[in-house]
Amino acid sequence: MMDATVRTGRPPRLPVLAHGIAATVLVGLYVTLFLEAESQSAVLGLLAVGAAAAVVAARSGVGTRVIEVLEHHPVAMGLLAAVLVLMETWLFAERHFVLLMITTYLLYVTVGLGLTIQFGYAGTLNFAGASFYGVGSYTAAVLTAVPGFPPLLAIPAGGLVAAVCGSLLVAPVLRTRGHYAAVVSIAFALLFKTFLEVNEVLGGPQGLLVGSLSVAGYDFAAPLRPWPGTEWSFYVHHVLAALLLALFAYAVARRIEHSWLGLAMDAVRMDEIAAACFGVGIERTKVVAFVWGNMLIGMAGALYATMVGFIAPNNFTFADSLIFLSILLLGGLGSRPGLLVAAAVVVFLPEKLQLIQEYRFLLFSALVLVMLMFRPEGLVPRPPRGYPGGGGGP
Amino acid sequence: MIAPLLDVRGLTVRFGGVVALDGLELDVRPREILGLIGPNGSGKTTCFNVITGLLRPDAGRVIFAGDDITGSTPQEIYRRGIARTFQRSRLYLELSVFDNVALGNGKRLDAGFLTTLLRRRRLARQFAATLAETRALLDVFAPALIDRLWEPVARLPMIDRRRIEICRALVGRPRLLLLDEPSAGMTEEEMRELMDDLLVVRERYGNLAIVLIEHEMGVIERVTDRCVVLNYGRKIAEGDYRSVARDPEVRSAYLGTDA
Repeated sequence: MMDATVRTGRPPRLPVLAHGIAATVLVGLYVTLFLEAESQSAVLGLLAVGAAAAVVAARSGVGTRVIEVLEHHPVAMGLLAAVLVLMETWLFAERHFVLLMITTYLLYVTVGLGLTIQFGYAGTLNFAGASFYGVGSYTAAVLTAVPGFPPLLAIPAGGLVAAVCGSLLVAPVLRTRGHYAAVVSIAFALLFKTFLEVNEVLGGPQGLLVGSLSVAGYDFAAPLRPWPGTEWSFYVHHVLAALLLALFAYAVARRIEHSWLGLAMDAVRMDEIAAACFGVGIERTKVVAFVWGNMLIGMAGALYATMVGFIAPNNFTFADSLIFLSILLLGGLGSRPGLLVAAAVVVFLPEKLQLIQEYRFLLFSALVLVMLMFRPEGLVPRPPRGYPGGGGGP
Repeated sequence: MIAPLLDVRGLTVRFGGVVALDGLELDVRPREILGLIGPNGSGKTTCFNVITGLLRPDAGRVIFAGDDITGSTPQEIYRRGIARTFQRSRLYLELSVFDNVALGNGKRLDAGFLTTLLRRRRLARQFAATLAETRALLDVFAPALIDRLWEPVARLPMIDRRRIEICRALVGRPRLLLLDEPSAGMTEEEMRELMDDLLVVRERYGNLAIVLIEHEMGVIERVTDRCVVLNYGRKIAEGDYRSVARDPEVRSAYLGTDA
């Protein structure tokens, strides 16, 4: 009985939060060293250390504790994550490339969270992730070119247009099941790229220029001068924007999972007949997951476009969609903590480890295959569902 | 004469050339426990599938509490107060015991998107209420599971899964419970226990009627008020267990001989 109270109640606050703080500091230190590492031997050494640390954390149960904190203290952990990103941004404030990597990581996390809602929770496989990312990007390109349009609104607008495109696609997706739904999304991905290539208004294969974000005349594309004599990369703005977006997406995905809606999504994914017999609206649940997933993906795409300033159809290929999905499989399907780890592997590893750069696709496919064969639950298996008010599994 | 809770009239279901139900007539009275028996393939589960909206009948009507529910979706039928278990357990093995039971309470849980994102206190209240009801049901059916509420069902033995499935069907307070061979995989003793627990819950809920598909005649004899025997999708006998068991047509259907 004692055991049950401990399991169901909120874990005692201080020692548990200490786990979270310690983990954040260690991760921060590790990420800093990793981003600083220049020589290949240093990178390889750090990878070995990281892998060993992960194994120790998993074996000793520390990993489970950290994930528990992440799940049950979202505000505290969100703040810690924000501090971590801000620290890295400050440390690398003058280095464009590192900041671009960090932003890319945060955007991939956002996309991954959108796909997690669709595929990880509701079981609707979306092979057109990069296309919806592209819909958001092109929306931002078109809107930032409109004189007088507040550029910041291009981000939610990108999400909205992606969600609308998704809801058009959802009709054929609902009529089909399993592999066929996946084929529908593949068809959309191919259609989308072809459409962009032949559409002159959207720049055809040459692509489009995208206006930069700005708030009240303050331009995100200009370098940041925090105090006289110091000039930070303009990417600092985008790290901050992507951080806010990723935190928002994480909160949305977490709240969905920790709710009756999340339970309904799991039920629909695993057994539609049983779900229907207990009142779950199968189509409604899938539509909600698909539309909101695309909303997050589209917003990330819009932010990406305003950051890079130029987009073309080749930025949104089927291969990119596969990379997005491989993040989910690598981290553990439906696992938000796993996604955070897997996105880091996919974004940072090829940039730092030059010897694999040429072979990154080969390596990822091999990695995903090995994962599915030997550890199908992913790097960080999905933790049990918690419920609002502090209930739920450990 | 009291109006029946469930009234099945002339139900016919064909799968290609096979007639699974052939003009079946069936009524369930409020608070009664009705045994639905018959040889394999006689249409018992098909009958459940039509009542719960999983199958559309080719002819006939299903009237529940005075309303025609023929052709309604499974979701609507569940909301009206019919819950069921499945012959081959359809629990969500990866989900926890609580998740599985809570799903049965869906009609009282808010899965709206805005509530999910913004009204977390409302969800917390619903969670607390569902948790209390889940504990109360498990306290009757499987007290040992109260301490294992957050474990995945996959780790539990078949008998516990059967009990969880019944809790899932009951937590939404149905007026009619359809049990499809709950004894499969249970010993006679375990089945007796389960039936006693069901009677306890029926007393507690006041107006619960149960239809029970069962092959164990001992169980049928002990708990049912009335029996309906199916063969080739037709009702061949009806009445209390003793009279039905003596019926020559029933004997020949089961034993395959001319009695």
